[in-house]
Amino acid sequence: MIEALRKKAEELLKNKTVSVVFGYGEGSTPERTRPVFITKPEEVNKLTWNKYCVYNLTTYLKRQETRKLGKPAIVVKGCDARTLIVLMKESQIKREDVYILGVSCDGVGDPLAEKCKACDVHTPRIYDDLIGEKGENKELPFDERYAELDEYENLSEKEKWEFWQKQFEKCIKCYACSNICPLCFCDRCIVEKNQPQWIDPSAHARGNLSWNVTRAYHLAGRCINCEECQRVCPVDIPLNLLNKKLAKEAEKNFNYRPGYNIDDELAMSTYNEKDNQDFVR
Amino acid sequence: MSNETTFEPRIVAFLCNWCTYAGADLAGTGRKQYQANVRIIKLPCTGGIDPLFLIKAFERGADGILVSGCHPGDCHYNSGNYHARRRWNVFKPLLEFCGINPDRIQFSWISAAEGGKWVETINSVIDAVRVLGPFEGYQKINAIGPEGPGEGFAPSSDTTGCECK
Ligand code: SF4
Ligand code: SF4
Ligand code: SF4
Repeated sequence: MIEALRKKAEELLKNKTVSVVFGYGEGSTPERTRPVFITKPEEVNKLTWNKYCVYNLTTYLKRQETRKLGKPAIVVKGCDARTLIVLMKESQIKREDVYILGVSCDGVGDPLAEKCKACDVHTPRIYDDLIGEKGENKELPFDERYAELDEYENLSEKEKWEFWQKQFEKCIKCYACSNICPLCFCDRCIVEKNQPQWIDPSAHARGNLSWNVTRAYHLAGRCINCEECQRVCPVDIPLNLLNKKLAKEAEKNFNYRPGYNIDDELAMSTYNEKDNQDFVR
Repeated sequence: MSNETTFEPRIVAFLCNWCTYAGADLAGTGRKQYQANVRIIKLPCTGGIDPLFLIKAFERGADGILVSGCHPGDCHYNSGNYHARRRWNVFKPLLEFCGINPDRIQFSWISAAEGGKWVETINSVIDAVRVLGPFEGYQKINAIGPEGPGEGFAPSSDTTGCECK
């Protein structure tokens, strides 16, 4: 697979289809990889592929530094490819702005990442070229995909509050979570706005709750569950539980999975007259 | 006057200008009485109510929140309340997931003609929150430092209502 990937990258750079390839390179130890940005055909040997390729490289589509490199070919796993669909639907990129090098993937991380346990996009649902075997994606049942939440949803109200307070208390407001997220692309985040100051900037329990709830909410019906935010959080807040809870509600109520069917309308920018309103008096 | 041991909840109601605010106004002109625990914030449309407003209300000491606007199909801007309803559909479960009691954050449709429904709804929200007690969990995290309430935090014992009858 690595050879096929390198060959394709070399070809794309040589014939100037793209000016840069965003891919994975070897890291400082065998259990690590790092993002690499290949601009010269003779450098394609830096590209690699293995189970440690956890990153969602689509986050580099929002960064000025990497945008400057010109049209990219981007190596994406099935989950990452969903980000591209959301970005296109949200008019952040055009289909022709990226060359998609999909890789078929059996799972990443050691131990296996949580997202991979209930993955139904082992073969990316969008690509220009597929590296590896084309598998048959079978959509997993709803309950199976959100099983991770059961344990937390079954806590009592008090336990929930205490659990999350303990988690949020740890937050140091480093904003790594929003920084890494490929879908957190606002030039100025609400948390940076101080006229008025919506969210307390200090790492204090009050602002921490507002921040964590708001960050998750802004990804409602958008987050594609790449788990990057949780991975980079230096104090290990299980952010993905919040993301997943929102994804579950969006799917349950609006029958929508972000980045899954390219023809579906974005859940949070449309409505249906028959939307659930059982909770409205 | 309430003595110090009775708890009077502070309720913030976010109302749309065209329907529920007018409905509450109608209750007033109709001389209908309701409990004075509510602070009303009038906004143009439920569609313009950022969920952050609701968090902010809790942050600043609200014990309960009501968000209310026009019935589906009646929005002055055609679809504001439909969009709002979408957001509530994900936001409310998120707060519940974080351990906030669903009775502390309620939603309703009340038209400009439904003064009676306004009275009924707001009274029942206030009663429900009175049973729950003060939102101590949130008010505790409001405290800056070990000493107690920080800036912008109003003490919870008083409920200053409008005196007119
Ligand atoms: S979620 Fe699926 S596509 Fe993504 S890394 Fe895991 S197995 Fe691969
Ligand atoms: S919120 Fe986290 S899991 Fe969701 S898309 Fe952003 S980084 Fe990925
Ligand atoms: S990465 Fe973690 S600590 Fe940093 S702001 Fe996000 S939640 Fe807080």
